[in-house]
Amino acid sequence: MRAYLSRRYRFSAAHRLHSDAYSEEKNWETYGKCNNPHGHGHNYVVEVTAGGRVDAQTGMVCDMVKLDEAVQKNIVSRFDHANLNLDEGFRDVVPTTENLCIEIHRKLSSVFVSGALGRVDLVRVRVEETKNNSFEYSGN
Amino acid sequence: MAIEANRTAEASVKGTMILLTRRADFSAAHYYWNDAWSANENERVFGKCSNRNGHGHNYTLEVTVEGEIDPVSGFVVDLKALKDIIEREVVQVYDHRHLNLEVPEFERMIPTTENIAIAIWKRLDGKISGARLHRVRVYEMPDLFADYMGEV
Repeated sequence: MRAYLSRRYRFSAAHRLHSDAYSEEKNWETYGKCNNPHGHGHNYVVEVTAGGRVDAQTGMVCDMVKLDEAVQKNIVSRFDHANLNLDEGFRDVVPTTENLCIEIHRKLSSVFVSGALGRVDLVRVRVEETKNNSFEYSGN
Repeated sequence: MAIEANRTAEASVKGTMILLTRRADFSAAHYYWNDAWSANENERVFGKCSNRNGHGHNYTLEVTVEGEIDPVSGFVVDLKALKDIIEREVVQVYDHRHLNLEVPEFERMIPTTENIAIAIWKRLDGKISGARLHRVRVYEMPDLFADYMGEV
């Protein structure tokens, strides 16, 4: 039977929403206070959902220790207490939480596809920027 | 005017599927152990969850049902009835119990969060009149939860 396991992780990071393609006025009009040149930050929550068959021997969809290690290594250690604008993943795109969600999905997807977590797939990445806004990406 | 407004409301909800979620809590003990394996293997796979003295959690259950809105009542499902079904079928059986030792479905099935979600689905499926079970979500902790949506 197919079931889904979700786990939540946290990191705190700085960012500034700014597009070089826009004028100063247009940036301010588009991003408002998020365009503050000095940046600001959030306590992000990342919810990772893995889907797969429940293993008859273990009763589990995936090895949670391995999932924790993979997210810690590839996501939390990369973004925690960092400035997202300086991260290589945001050299060409604005570190909105939409793009952050896609970047996290892209990175974790390669870990899932490699088979390191067993026969389980990445179903969804959900990122909460604040407790009032969250973004989801399930791949295309 | 009032009758006309009612008719419009009726027309707008007919055939519209809506999801409704009800939450419930239970606290229970469990441990992870596969009888087919050695003690060492159990410890290797399940870590501290394999401690045979058991440990426990405050579980939160979310039951999501799907159905059409009744044009007269405006409800998808009778909330009180849904609450009573969850209470009778799940909470009374699981709450303040040792899942491995006191709940029949876990005599031969390890009470992982995934299996608890599946077991709760089986307990509730077909018992909620007027709506179809859409998802059973079980939180073992606020940062860990399993979903089962009836897939084989």
